[in-house]
Amino acid sequence: MHQLTLAEIARGLADKSFSAEELTRALLQRIHQLDPQLNSFISVTDELAISQAKAADARRAAGENGALLGAPIAHKDLFCTQGVRTSCGSKMLDSFTAPYDATVVAKLAEAGAVTLGKTNMDEFAMGSANESSHYGAVKNPWNLEHVPGGSSGGSAAAVAARLLPAATGTDTGGSIRQPAALTSLTGLKPTYGRVSRWGMIAYASSLDQGGPMARTAEDCALLLQGMAGFDPKDSTSIDEPVPDYSTSLNGSLQGLRIGLPKEYFGAGLDPRIADLVQASVKELEKLGAVIKEISLPNMQHAIPAYYVIAPAEASSNLSRFDGVRFGYRCENPKDLTDLYKRSRGEGFGSEVQRRIMVGTYALSAGYYDAYYLKAQKIRRLIKNDFMAAFEGVDVILGPTTPNLAWKIGAKNADPVAAYLEDVYTITANLAGLPGLSMPAGFVDGLPVGVQLLAPYFQEGRLLNVAHQYQQVTDWHTRAPNGF
Amino acid sequence: MQWEVVIGLEIHTQLATQSKIFSGSATTFGSEPNTQASLIDLGMPGVLPVLNQEAVRMACMFGLAIDAEIGQHNVFARKNYFYPDLPKGYQISQMELPIVGKGHLDIALEDGTVKRIGITRAHLEEDAGKSLHEDFAGSSGIDLNRAGTPLLEIVSEPEMRSAKEAVAYVKAIHALVRYLGICDGNMAEGSLRCDCNVSIRPKGQAEFGTRCEIKNVNSFRFIERAINSEVQRQIELIEDGGKVIQETRLYDPNKDETRSMRSKEEANDYRYFPDPDLLPVVIESAYLDDLRATLPELPPQKVERFQSQYGLSAYDANVLASSREQAEYFEKVAAIGGDAKLAANWVMVELGSLLNKLGVEIDQAPVTAEQLGGMLLRIRDNTISGKIAKTVFEAMANGEGDADQIIKDKDLIVESDSGVIEKILDEVLAANAEQLEQYRAADEAKRGKMFGFFVGQAMRASKGKADPQQVNQLLKSKLEG
Amino acid sequence: MALERSDVEKIAHLARLGLDEADLPRTTDALNSILGLVDQMQAVDTTGIEPLAHPLEASQRLRADVVTESNQRDRYQAIAPATDSGLYLVPKVIE
Repeated sequence: MHQLTLAEIARGLADKSFSAEELTRALLQRIHQLDPQLNSFISVTDELAISQAKAADARRAAGENGALLGAPIAHKDLFCTQGVRTSCGSKMLDSFTAPYDATVVAKLAEAGAVTLGKTNMDEFAMGSANESSHYGAVKNPWNLEHVPGGSSGGSAAAVAARLLPAATGTDTGGSIRQPAALTSLTGLKPTYGRVSRWGMIAYASSLDQGGPMARTAEDCALLLQGMAGFDPKDSTSIDEPVPDYSTSLNGSLQGLRIGLPKEYFGAGLDPRIADLVQASVKELEKLGAVIKEISLPNMQHAIPAYYVIAPAEASSNLSRFDGVRFGYRCENPKDLTDLYKRSRGEGFGSEVQRRIMVGTYALSAGYYDAYYLKAQKIRRLIKNDFMAAFEGVDVILGPTTPNLAWKIGAKNADPVAAYLEDVYTITANLAGLPGLSMPAGFVDGLPVGVQLLAPYFQEGRLLNVAHQYQQVTDWHTRAPNGF
Repeated sequence: MQWEVVIGLEIHTQLATQSKIFSGSATTFGSEPNTQASLIDLGMPGVLPVLNQEAVRMACMFGLAIDAEIGQHNVFARKNYFYPDLPKGYQISQMELPIVGKGHLDIALEDGTVKRIGITRAHLEEDAGKSLHEDFAGSSGIDLNRAGTPLLEIVSEPEMRSAKEAVAYVKAIHALVRYLGICDGNMAEGSLRCDCNVSIRPKGQAEFGTRCEIKNVNSFRFIERAINSEVQRQIELIEDGGKVIQETRLYDPNKDETRSMRSKEEANDYRYFPDPDLLPVVIESAYLDDLRATLPELPPQKVERFQSQYGLSAYDANVLASSREQAEYFEKVAAIGGDAKLAANWVMVELGSLLNKLGVEIDQAPVTAEQLGGMLLRIRDNTISGKIAKTVFEAMANGEGDADQIIKDKDLIVESDSGVIEKILDEVLAANAEQLEQYRAADEAKRGKMFGFFVGQAMRASKGKADPQQVNQLLKSKLEG
Repeated sequence: MALERSDVEKIAHLARLGLDEADLPRTTDALNSILGLVDQMQAVDTTGIEPLAHPLEASQRLRADVVTESNQRDRYQAIAPATDSGLYLVPKVIE
């Protein structure tokens, strides 16, 4: 049963091949058995899952039949789940039981999804390797000595290891797409404002988006359908109707104009990845797509701009973690300043502290113009590049990452080394565009992903291209050894 | 050395909305701690702010009333600092693009002249919670009920030159926000709080001196005293050879002095940046036009009109126009009673002292404007005298009904039958033969007082009901005759 | 624009992060490395370009002025580190 995709599960539940409860129990057992190798879960919610599964079965018996009714999923551990620990991978929130549900959690529960647990992640979503979690590093099921990517590394590893068919992730600079690429999954970051951020603990407010991670585009469509939609509790949520993503999967790619940015294929890209990307382009051409070379001239400035904006917003967002109303509090604080400094100094890991300091510095008196404002101007240049490009093409294609999954610990000496891995994914967050990564092959047994970007609210187009690609390739069907 | 005082005021007004500025919590004052603190107000992880439309409307009304530019594209910014009453570790405020821009307010000075004070800007922000220091050994207790209440911070130009001008300005703002119905102005409850920026400079110098900020002065009287004591302190400091350090100070009313506050944000780097959880607020011109049409007549216009329309003195006009409720009450009484000056007198004096005694505002007056107006009609048609009217007024205040009812019940109708009065007078004169002889013997000057004696006796004999005019007339003729 | 140790101490204080003396050199190096990356921005010509704060440039929606929240103090304070009589406790604040 663990091999089944969400779509197959929906069919299986509908024609009563098995019940949600049976499926849930089987997956929970598998999680307990195999996850010690991966460390992809922070909390496994057995009781909650079983009661939700039973409720889904009862609803189905009463005549309901939604695609997510009884679907087993997990939530990245920065989505607030009422009554359940929501840790953000941090000691700071190890003791935090969320007093409410995130909108994404509530919507999926309403649709009948079953929450198996909360997945591991880089602390407060800051990282691309899932090595910074308070709960320990997550292993890549394709090679347990390598990173799965981050910050949604737990969701990625769990789904790739077939512990469950799909999970939610969040993406601020690539944290859905990059781990999806490194673990051979399909992951989608929606348009900024497509998915509600209420209850999605913030890292960088103007960049964060929640999205689906699964093995196929078809599954991503199902999960995204349950996540997307306007939420009046989120001022940045956009009131745009949600299309039926499943119907958009089947369109023909005949005449689809695909742009390949020339800046993508420069010196920093592993040539073996470049080859696989070119191979995927050939497949898409066979399906009728037309390829054009385009230019995104300001792409190279994206990383510095991101590493100002994201830490700046984060430094402010994380000020509420002060040991006063919830979360970690140091022992015997001698005065207020001591309470703050030790609760935060002991509660936050070193990467989080570094980014808070960079952000604090970037916003401080005398530096605001040179850093924050400058970064926001570069952000507009990047958006302008995309707007110009999309006048001539329908999607933009390229590698998701410049390198394969690296060995755990390999990039720990210099924080900047990991930052440079974000080069392809970061621009979509800065511009707010939707992006998807899909499996496109393997090098030395390690997965490679291809990224697609589309104009605002064209998630359907991304899923369409990925789905059609997945009809003529089988990368997405491969499973890692031992799982 | 001749010193000139320079004062600028930052007034924080709590807007009288039902719910908070960014959350749906109630804004009621005085509730049990943390019973009006929602997830958003507590700064829980994952929460997001959504802007209250009424706060926007109220801010715009204020802007229109002070003739200001409205920021039709205004932006919320985060002011970052750590303090336990600030749950998110930042206050959502406005920095570069406030909702209200430059405006002005005219204030009436003691000598009767009018001075125009410039207002630099007014912006929306959220209030912080409260720290209670007293009850917990070694700990302070934090109540976040107030956190998130909408504030409109009104910043004046440094154009006031004396403590009295500053007080006049605060009073004018106080009246205006109450007029507009956007703030209840209750300084004791903290609905309106004043920070005073004070500096001095040698007369004639163009540059400003170093200023100190006196925070959270919460009564008109304290504002005047705080400014004066701070000015004194600065003068003495400089004349002793010292320099004024820019700092935040608190006013201690018991010692009548200001003291330096141990700063809660020592290195005041607030790292302002636009709040990414909120989008720019766009205010359409059509919205402002509609809003402008709902502006009530404002204090300066009302004062002017009370003088021209009702012939009141400037002083009376100012008193009656000092609150919207009082002005409306007065006008109703004048309309019903038909005599503006009489109405003015009764509202300011009799009603005024009654309200004072009961400790209530005019909107809780035990005598309605209709009742008072009705009573004035009876004075004017001579049913009752002005003196009897006081009895009627007291009875109305006691809930004994309308004027006509009371007059009937207590049999207070003025006795105006001249025959009856004559008879009373004859009895009085007969009963007081000695005084009558003294009167006849006395000269013009002494007669006045004696005349009053007979009048008094007649009024007493008639239980106050005799028509005073007739008493006077008939007595005169009797005495002369 | 390299940071000195004293700069790092100031920033840490602004952010209320208690840093270990022993960690300061490493933290200073790491921050300088990141700022070295960030300083690449200065080479970009952004004359005449408006900053982009929100990708989709929408405007703020307003909500009706209605009370929608009720008293949840017990539930919310169940996860608090230190409370008394409904108040959150912190080491005494001196003003």
